[in-house]
Amino acid sequence: MTQSVIAPARARSATKKHGNANQRRQNRAAYLFVAPFLIVFVLMLLVPLFYSGYLSLFATRLIGGSQFAWFTNYIRAFTDADFLAGVGRMGLFLVIQVPIMLLLALFLALAIDSGRARGAGAIRLLVFLPYAVPGVVATLMWGYLYGQDFGPIAQIFKALGFGAPDLLSAQTILGSIMNIVTWEFVGYNMIIMYAALRSIPSELFEAAEIDGAGQFRVAWSIKIPAIRPAIMLTVIFSIIGTFQLFNEPSLLKNLAPNVIDNAFTPNYYAYNLAFINQDVNYAAAIAFLLGVVIAIVSYVVQLSTQRKEAKAA
Amino acid sequence: MTTAATGKATAPTTPTPIRAHDIVRTRPGKSYNREKRRSNLLTILLWLLALYFVLPIAWLVIASTKDNADLFATFGYAFGHFNLFQNLHDVFTTSNGIYLQWALNTVVYAAVSAVGASFLATMAGYAFAKYRFPGAKIMFSVVLGAIMIPLTALALPTYLIFSQFGITNTPIAVIVPSLVSPFGVFLMRVYAADAIPDSMIEAARVDGAGEARIFFQVGLRLLGPGVVTVFLFALVATWNNYFLPLIMLNSSNLYPLTVGLAQQQATSAGGGGSQALFSTVITGSLVSIVPLIIAFLFLQRYWQTGLASGSVKE
Repeated sequence: MTQSVIAPARARSATKKHGNANQRRQNRAAYLFVAPFLIVFVLMLLVPLFYSGYLSLFATRLIGGSQFAWFTNYIRAFTDADFLAGVGRMGLFLVIQVPIMLLLALFLALAIDSGRARGAGAIRLLVFLPYAVPGVVATLMWGYLYGQDFGPIAQIFKALGFGAPDLLSAQTILGSIMNIVTWEFVGYNMIIMYAALRSIPSELFEAAEIDGAGQFRVAWSIKIPAIRPAIMLTVIFSIIGTFQLFNEPSLLKNLAPNVIDNAFTPNYYAYNLAFINQDVNYAAAIAFLLGVVIAIVSYVVQLSTQRKEAKAA
Repeated sequence: MTTAATGKATAPTTPTPIRAHDIVRTRPGKSYNREKRRSNLLTILLWLLALYFVLPIAWLVIASTKDNADLFATFGYAFGHFNLFQNLHDVFTTSNGIYLQWALNTVVYAAVSAVGASFLATMAGYAFAKYRFPGAKIMFSVVLGAIMIPLTALALPTYLIFSQFGITNTPIAVIVPSLVSPFGVFLMRVYAADAIPDSMIEAARVDGAGEARIFFQVGLRLLGPGVVTVFLFALVATWNNYFLPLIMLNSSNLYPLTVGLAQQQATSAGGGGSQALFSTVITGSLVSIVPLIIAFLFLQRYWQTGLASGSVKE
């Protein structure tokens, strides 16, 4: 206790004595600590970002090569049915898959934290396990599980005398991908929420429990509000992840080539535009637009929850 | 962002710094009547849910013990003729043992990227948490905003830039972009703000230690769990990355496991080549996930602690 009282005082007297020299020395140290990260950050993040924006303003013509074209690529994107279909698909993902995944994660985190279940520690690990599985391997594995040849799902249906459902058809593929992504990321989101739950001071809800508040009431009125920042973090990460979907469609395309088109997700579209159609400028516009969409959606979500908080207060 | 670097001591309540996992792991008073309130219903429900996460991996394990014929002939969750060792042999010998090369590449890319990324993030996060310097606020805001930039949207322009310098299709092209971890900086800043008492830094200064020495001898030691967390997440991000190496690399002997396995899957699904059998792809997939699972199991307490501190505040 004494140490913490003395420390600021000592710091203040020290700065008075040596004043600027010390401050300058510390500033220099701080810049040196930050510099390595910032250099890579600028080179690998800001430069590509601006380069992408720059490229997106050009168009390649058959005659005359690459020409400045203002916002032609963006106008093209807004009238490109393939691109819009991909964005719509991601919108669907956002309103169906993300809530299911996060609610499941929240339920698991609360249930494990409540200490009411036997073997909660083991459950926590098992649920988290898929996070250590690369998206490629997860998709590969689920692709086989869905498959008609030796997939256990089809085998069970056949054994029961039903026809095996085609989980890789035009009607089912989006649901099948949603399932893969849910499987992959419930555990990760659960761990973030669980970690936040563990750091709530127990006095906060013990009093309520002793007063006879049920588990659901405690969870709803005390625990969930207390971990709101962690939940927001998972929401933002899920939005970013959704619009970046690439592995799942690109690998499942091998199994269902006629169902997944080149623009199945915006990110997959940008890849195909750049590396198959060689239309780098349009691909850059799509990628840039994707970044803008993510920023707007994340911002709106944050804003709306803040307004709700303000109303509640 | 409550604990800004204000130069004031951030009120360490005890003279000896409590390690964050002590706080997280033991919640005093929580177990007052835990024993008698177990719920069977909840236990059953949770274990059923856990099955959903385990069954696919269990299938992968069982499937990798079968040969290609049994894969089709037997039920997915039943064992056939035990063929695991032959499958493993096939995994490591198909196409002149290219799998081993992929595994090696993955380890190198992931390890170098993760060490680099966590080192850069730790230094930057520490500086943002413990120093008050001109421009800190704006720099940190930019870094924070960058968390929202989809990294895959950057891969394409990065590729174009790299190709102008002739460094596509080299390990550098995969490693250098993976060194940036804005979330790592955010996590380290939050973690460092709590884990390192300002009084300790001041005391070291009074004793005449230089800033670099304070960071390496005082700071790093207290940042342990936070560093392990950032390291692990950077490791997973690179280990699991598919998009970046897919774009950057053409030579199959530079591929990491993800790109290699995806390619094998494509050939086995297409029925072409007849070299890569389903059983080989399945066993190869299983082998590729074992190291990460082991890493997570052994480093559990560290990453859970680190995440705890990162997600509490915002």
